[in-house]
Parts: sequence; structure tokens; C-alpha cells
Amino acid sequence: MAKDNNILEQIVDRYDGEVGMLIPMMQDLQAEHGYLPPDHLRSLAKLLELPLSRLYAVATFYSSFRLAPRGAHDVSLCMGTVCFLKGSSAISEAISREFRVEPGGTTRDRLFSFQAVNCVGACALAPVMVVDGKYYDGVTPDSALEILHKLSPDEENAETTTKGGTV
Amino acid sequence: MISISTRFTSGSDIENFAKKLSSKDRQTAKAVRVCIGTGCAAKGSRRLYELFCEAAEQSSQDVRVEAKCVGCHGFCERGPIVVVEPGQIFYQRVEEPDVAEIFRETVVGGRTVERLLYEDPVTGNKAKKAEEIDFYKVQERIVLGNNGLIDPTTITDYIAEGGYKALAKVLSSMTPEEVISEVETAGLRGRGGGGFPTARKWRSCREAKGSTKYVICNGDEGDPGAFMDRSIMEGNPHSVIEGMLIGAYAIGSEQGYIYVRNEYPLAVEHLKMAISQARDCGLLGKNILGSSFSFDIRINRGGGAFVCGESTALMASLEGRTGEPRAKYVHTVESGLREKPTNLNNVETWANIPAIINRGGKSFADIGTEKSKGTKVFSLVGKVVNTGLVEVPMGITLRRIIDQIGGGVRDGKSFKAVQTGGPSGGCIPAEHLDARVDFDELTKLGSMMGSGGMIVMDEDTCMVKVAKYFTNFLKEESCGKCTPCREGLAQMLYVLDRITDGEGQVGDVERLEGLAELLEGTALCALGKTAANPIISTIRYFRDEYDAHIKEKRCPAKECRGLFRYEIDSEACKACGICMKNCPVDAITGDKKVPHVIDQEKCTLCGTCWEKCPFAAVLKV
Repeated sequence: MAKDNNILEQIVDRYDGEVGMLIPMMQDLQAEHGYLPPDHLRSLAKLLELPLSRLYAVATFYSSFRLAPRGAHDVSLCMGTVCFLKGSSAISEAISREFRVEPGGTTRDRLFSFQAVNCVGACALAPVMVVDGKYYDGVTPDSALEILHKLSPDEENAETTTKGGTV
Repeated sequence: MISISTRFTSGSDIENFAKKLSSKDRQTAKAVRVCIGTGCAAKGSRRLYELFCEAAEQSSQDVRVEAKCVGCHGFCERGPIVVVEPGQIFYQRVEEPDVAEIFRETVVGGRTVERLLYEDPVTGNKAKKAEEIDFYKVQERIVLGNNGLIDPTTITDYIAEGGYKALAKVLSSMTPEEVISEVETAGLRGRGGGGFPTARKWRSCREAKGSTKYVICNGDEGDPGAFMDRSIMEGNPHSVIEGMLIGAYAIGSEQGYIYVRNEYPLAVEHLKMAISQARDCGLLGKNILGSSFSFDIRINRGGGAFVCGESTALMASLEGRTGEPRAKYVHTVESGLREKPTNLNNVETWANIPAIINRGGKSFADIGTEKSKGTKVFSLVGKVVNTGLVEVPMGITLRRIIDQIGGGVRDGKSFKAVQTGGPSGGCIPAEHLDARVDFDELTKLGSMMGSGGMIVMDEDTCMVKVAKYFTNFLKEESCGKCTPCREGLAQMLYVLDRITDGEGQVGDVERLEGLAELLEGTALCALGKTAANPIISTIRYFRDEYDAHIKEKRCPAKECRGLFRYEIDSEACKACGICMKNCPVDAITGDKKVPHVIDQEKCTLCGTCWEKCPFAAVLKV
């Protein structure tokens, strides 16, 4: 915890303790942990002399902040207009069905966190899926599942239990 | 990254440095430019760059070859794109095994690799240079001109192409008022959507009371289907910085902010590099180029909220608060960020400024229509053959953009509508394709210029579903501060859901229109006021589709599940059994050599058979 406090202080110093830089501070905190641990948010509020509610408001308003730990991998499916026109909702449904994870959630085995994001600005590649920062273009429901299954060989078991389920 | 030890202390320093660079450039006769914009990078262009670097290192000493990463060319459809100098030979869809051949044949041998050239799908002619391709022919690239030419990670490339010349000119020979006049003469209007005259905004901010003033670059490009600003920030970040410097000088500001979307990591990276290089060279900081003008820029990453593209919400976000807009009876140019006079412009607006100073406002104003000057960058996407970024003079017709640059609708389908302006815009049908693209014309048609998304839709697109998509998007992104937007959108979505589910009631269209009117008249911010545009414009032009859903329980585009059926064409069916195997509810029967049949009672309309059939024998009826 002492080490954690140290990191927090560094983050606050990075922005000269300026309250206006709350969002970058929280982004840096999230970069450290992959999410915003509640006790860290509390300490940050104290350091900045802000009510915790203010930090919580920011954390829940902006979609990039998370209050729960993430999966080992980050999967973002683009839901921009072009991806939508080219069938991204079917891909989203396929992923949800196959891995039993809703957009915004993390698979139970914490293999990956799945988000349906607004346009990633790579419309010429639509439909686009971004896995750990790597862009996959022209994704189909089948190819998306194939990519995600390759994330971990352990997933083979999960596949047999969920494939062929009802729509 | 090339580090540069030069510190510029006067305008002529820049000129001399540029001269030195250009003579040095002439020595490097051969260059390979690899696009590393997001589109090409996704298709592996960074690896191509590495391979070209290796090849260049291994080549014999007497040939000097430079491999270079460049920003987006715009023709993302054909990525990865590699351009070889001399000759500007334009290779498209380059793959790793092609590198050796390009290097051996073109770079060393000076011969063209025919199979990697772009081939016109109609005439079959091969294009050697970009300018020979229809996609580029009609374009006029002012803002994107240096994209694809310069390495965005080094300031020297930008300076070699005339970068920071405009700043030098402004600081050495123009008063702030003269700068504003020049922009006024150019007739530049805000490229972020509103189309507000830039010079008027600057002047109001300059004249506002207070000594501390801010300038902001809005890079929170939230419209789905739009990526112009992304490509400018990634491909030519210094043009944005130079524009901001000139604006700050004109307005009297010492601190600027660039607010970039969280989803654009490469843009953040390139901007950060650009800012730090500009600081090192003395182009940001105290007493720039030996003048009394001081200015610096900070980057803020957005948190992932569409509403933050609205100026007051963006400023709230910069203050570390939730991004909720406020009513604008006091303009932000008088009281914006931290209640100080603040001038906010969009990325593309800023990137136009150096060009205006260099060319002169008059010459800039020669391009475009009476009230919309210059060019506009559009992201031409959707069901069109050539997707990508295009920069065209204002006043060009939609038809030329879609047919000539975009190559028409893909897969031989027929055109239905083009959506412009993002979620605040609308859908324009075929009968208005000859409309001229400028701020006022598009508004007249019930859409808007917006930030420049241009999404082509074909006959298979259900317009009610499109309206539902945007309404859902806006409902999710509504900040919730004002009731009309928060509740109105939810209610409209409820009605649209009902219509696309086949449960629409007579009077639903009128209900939507009533809610839309309410929203337009009473919502707090511009996003709320325009949120009903997708619904209004689709009702205006595609009322028959709404009626078909409501009265006949039929989706004419056959997209809305439940409002059409799947059938197997017995003549096209080869009885391969693939659909039967894949049907999740065993609704398909058939035998070897016997055409298969779908049991409509059992069918859940999931569409799996339609997707899997290799002979397109499954039909939507």
C-alpha cells in the first residue's frame, strides 16, 4: 500500500496537483492497475481534497473508466455506423453467445474484457475488432470467434459446451 | 526519430533550415514511403516498413535509399500503400513477399511492378501515380496534401515541405488583426460541424475582456463513420500545432489544449512527439522565433464520451468534471474554460490556417461556393467501392464524390441514401445526389455537413433501422442533464423498436415527429437539438418504409428480423446439406439430390442458412 500511495503521489505531482487534470490522473491510475481500485480512488480524493463522489461521477460518466478488474485481453468491437451496416451487431451477438459475455463485461475466466465501442475511425476496414491494440479488418462472426479462441488454448473446452446453443 | 538540435530564433532561421533540407533531400534520390495510418497499419504496413529498412541497409553503398513512414494517403481501401521515388510510383495492397521485388525492380532497377499498380475496374488501365487514379483525380488536397508525403514523427519533414513558414510570416510581418482579416477574407468556416465563421469567433475572443485566454483544438472526433481528424492528427500533427500557434497569436492566448479521443492512441502519440519537438526547436514556449509571443500546448485524452465533442462539455471535461454541456447564453469566447475567454476550433479548421496564410485568404476563397470556401475532407465509407478519406472543393456534387471518387455502390447494388453529418445529420436520397456539397445546401436537405462523415447505403439497408441505430447511439451517449434529450430519445427509441419488431401502431410516425419537434425546441445543447435529425430525415424521404413496417409488417430492405422470411430457391439449391447442418433449430429438411426446404413454423429467422449457403440459394422474401 505504501508503494501504491507512492504511485498516487507521483501521478498527482505529474500534473502539479491541478484538480482540472483529474481525468488524466485517473487515466494514469487506470493504466497502472487496468482499472480504478476503490481504495485508490479514495486516496486520490483525499490527496486532491475532493469529495469521493466527484471522482465516482467522473469514473462512471466516461466509458473508458472501469471500476472492476479486467480480463487478460482487451477486445473492442467497433459499433460505428459503417461496421454496423456491415454486420457488427451479428458479431457482437456471436461473441456474447459463444463466450457468455455481454458488451462491457469480462468473461468469467477473465480471459478477456469485451466492449462494444463507438467508431474506432478505421471505417475502411469495417467491420473492425481490436484485440490488445491489434486491428482486425473485415471481421465476420466466424472469424471473430476464431480470433478470440486463439487467445488461450484452454478455451477449447468452453467451445464444445456453448457451440450449437439456441439463438 | 530524427532528433533536431536546431533552435529557431527568427523566421529566417526556418527558411534557411528548409533550404538546407531541400538540398539534402535532392541527394536522397530514392525513397520508399510506407503508409502507417491506422488502415494500412492494420494490414501489416509497419512490418513492410521494417523490411524496406533492412533492404535499404543491405543495398550497395552507391544507392542511397531512404525508407520512410508516412501518414494516411486516404485510399485505405487499397492499403497497405507504398510509394517509391523517383516517379511517385504508387503500389497498393502490398504484402510482405512483395518487398523484395519492389526493392529489386523499382528501387534499384527503376522498373515498375505492374501487378501491384492500381487497375481501373472499368477501363482496366493501370495507374502508375496516385494522380492518375480516379479516386485522387477529382480531389483537391490542401489539408491532406502532406499526408502520405511526410513522416509525421519528425519535424524536419514538415519544415522541408514549407512547414512553420506561415508562423514565421505571421510573427515577423503581421499584426493579430491582420491575421484575423486574412482568415476572414478566406471565408473559413468551422469544420467541426457548425460552420461558424472562424474569423468572427477569433475576433470575439480577441476582444473579450480578460488577460488570460485559451485556445482549444477539438480532436474528440466522435461521429461514428468519420476519421478525417484522426488522419490529420496522425499524419500531419505539426499542421494542427502551427494553426493553433497562429490562432493563439491572433487571439492573444498563451496556453492551448488539444483534446483527443481516447480511441485514437496513435494520434496522441504523434501529437506528443510533435509538441515535444516543437518545444525543442523553440516553436513552442517563450518568445517564439524571437518575438514577444509565448505559447504552449497540452494534450488531454478524452474519457470516451460522445457529448464531449460539444464545446462546453469538452471544457467541463478539461476542468476535470463530467462532460455536461451548459446553456450558451454566455458564449465560450467570453467565458469558457475556467471562465476565461476560450476559442475552440476543430482539428481540420486549425490545419487549414497555415495554408490560408501561405496562399493568402483571397486565393483560398477562390475555392468553393459563395458561402462555403475552401475544401472539406470527408470520410467516404459504407457500401461504396473505394472507401477512404477524400478532400474535395466545396460545391462539388454528392454524385461526383460517390460515383467518380468512390467508384459507385459496391457489389452492383443500387444506391439508396447517403448519410452525412454523423448522428446529428440525416440521410439524403438518390433524387438529391446532384446537390452541391456545402454547409447551407446540406442543411436545406435536412442533413448537415457535420464533421465530414459520408456513409453510403445501398438497397439492402433498412432506413428505419438506420434511424434506430443513430437514436440508440444518441440515447446511450446522452449526458442526461436535460430532460428532453434524456427521456425523449428513450421514448423515440421505444417507438422505433416497436416498429422494427413489427409491432408498430398507426400514428407512430406522427408520435415520432411530435417528439422530434419537442427535442429540437427544448434540448439544452446542439447535440440534443439535432438528435432527431436521423429520424426526421428518414421519415421525410423514406416514409414508405416506415409505413411498410407499420401497416404491412414488412421490411422492404429485408433487414428487420421477423418482417421477412427465408426460403430456399429449389433451382439454385445443390442439396449440399450445409444449411441443414448449420441450422440451430433443425428447421431445414431435404435429402441428397433433393432441394432443401425450410419449415417456416420451426424457423427462428436467425439467418445462419442464408450466411452459410455457398450457392446463394437461400433467399430473403
